[in-house]
Amino acid sequence: MSMINVERLAVSYGKGQQQVRIVNDVSFAVEKGEAFGLVGESGCGKSTILGALAGRNQQWTGRIEIDGEQIGQKRSHGQLAKQQMVFQDPFGSIHPRHTIGRTLLEPLEIHDKDRRQKRVEKALTDVGLPLNFRYRYPHQLSGGQRQRVAIARALILEPRILLLDEPTSALDVSIQAEILNLLKDLREREGLTYILVSHDLAVVAHLCDRVAVMQEGGFVEVATKQQLLDGTVTHPYTRVLMDGSRGYVTSSRNA
Amino acid sequence: MNVMTKPGSFATLHNWLINEDFTSTRQARLHTFYVAWLNLLANPLAFCGFLVVLGLIAVAALAPMIATHDSYAQDLAFALQPISAQHWFGTDEFGRDVFSRLVYGSRTTLYISILVTVVVAPIGFVIGATAGYLGGWVDIVLMRITDIFLSFPSLVLALAFSASLGPGIENAVIAIALTVWPPIARLARAETLTFRNADFVVAAELQGAGMGRILLRHIVPLCAPSIIVRLTLNMSSIILTAAGLGFLGLGAQPPMAEWGAMAASGRQYLLDAWWLTTIPGIAILTVSLAFNLLGDGLRDILDPRNG
Repeated sequence: MSMINVERLAVSYGKGQQQVRIVNDVSFAVEKGEAFGLVGESGCGKSTILGALAGRNQQWTGRIEIDGEQIGQKRSHGQLAKQQMVFQDPFGSIHPRHTIGRTLLEPLEIHDKDRRQKRVEKALTDVGLPLNFRYRYPHQLSGGQRQRVAIARALILEPRILLLDEPTSALDVSIQAEILNLLKDLREREGLTYILVSHDLAVVAHLCDRVAVMQEGGFVEVATKQQLLDGTVTHPYTRVLMDGSRGYVTSSRNA
Repeated sequence: MNVMTKPGSFATLHNWLINEDFTSTRQARLHTFYVAWLNLLANPLAFCGFLVVLGLIAVAALAPMIATHDSYAQDLAFALQPISAQHWFGTDEFGRDVFSRLVYGSRTTLYISILVTVVVAPIGFVIGATAGYLGGWVDIVLMRITDIFLSFPSLVLALAFSASLGPGIENAVIAIALTVWPPIARLARAETLTFRNADFVVAAELQGAGMGRILLRHIVPLCAPSIIVRLTLNMSSIILTAAGLGFLGLGAQPPMAEWGAMAASGRQYLLDAWWLTTIPGIAILTVSLAFNLLGDGLRDILDPRNG
């Protein structure tokens, strides 16, 4: 049984005359433990799909099934905890006036979990941060460390799915690799399902098994990792994207 | 900081407070306060304001000990006495000691300004933050109500309310509060709007946080600095409005000591007894100025954009 099942999903913004449809009739399924990539240029609707899956955008039609359960526009706490999101900008995604410990405790309080201190310690250990970081404020942390905190906050509710919205694009290249490897380890260790949004094919190819290429709110092709690596993709737009990222790929091989 | 010159235990404490490698939540919190305190010390004008405000609180709290005479005791034989060793600031038209009345008057001033602040801060925040967070028609309705209150000249509105409710301190507090909350609501709304769609608020929503939790836990810590600054800067206008109402006879009623009312009653004897109006006037000026200086300093210290 697939973890995520999306059928004829359409998402729009705005009301009445100004309503704009961003995503058109998209259908896909993601298996348990799979990492599914969404790539495409800016404004193609990839983050919007993620927003609809996370519960951020409630203006969607179609059918979303998560872990065998059909999801409505309003979600229960249990449904919200099944998937958690990691944001692009680690400087804007953590409350600047809360200590890291406070940030991690917050979801536990909302969901009324027990053994809170133990869970906070486990989350910090899982993302490779020292335990005394819980007393720090975000401004004392580097971008990579903050992104680790954001991942820890997403993991603390023990979700089945992580929704990753360009989790590395605001980071330094060397830190990008660290975060990608952390995400890879976490997926193997915890058996998580990922949906990764990126405009960088190299990042997607590193982490994902299958990639959906998006253009103007729809999928043009769903390619496997092997197809990307071999360059045997079929759709011309995918080739354009691959050509665009080739320079980056070769230079990173030389380095 | 000249840590080296400080005696042992102080240096240890200072190092413990200034060290950013926290080992407990309490240390992290104390560190924030300590850094704010060091910033206050580094800003001489704000520190002067802070000292005067502290002095005002001390005088109000210890009024019976500081006052040299009974502030209500009349002695017509000693009316309108000039400044002397016995009556430091002279006596008024009923022979009451102006210094003692000034000391007790600080209680009235502090009482009014603190009460107004305590009433206004939550009301302004809740209205403004709700409007900013929910948006849509809630925002429109709440903000138009705010606009209506803002479009009245504040002293006239306060006058109208205390005239209709009847003169007295409690009614003066209500009247002043009515004129003070709208700017706070506007400020809270503007601050809320800037954080409304921040990723950390969205993250909390996606974890299932309700509106109450988001406003209290996430928005309050970010709005609090600017609201505190605004309220501190407002203190002086609250004191001035209270004094104005007292001056017009709609605030504190005789024989209660209140600085504005004292200045008003001394007006008739201005040519013969200058101290009756001048001394309370100087007190109002000093305290208003102190609150303004402190507020200005707090703006630099508390502004999250500086941290």
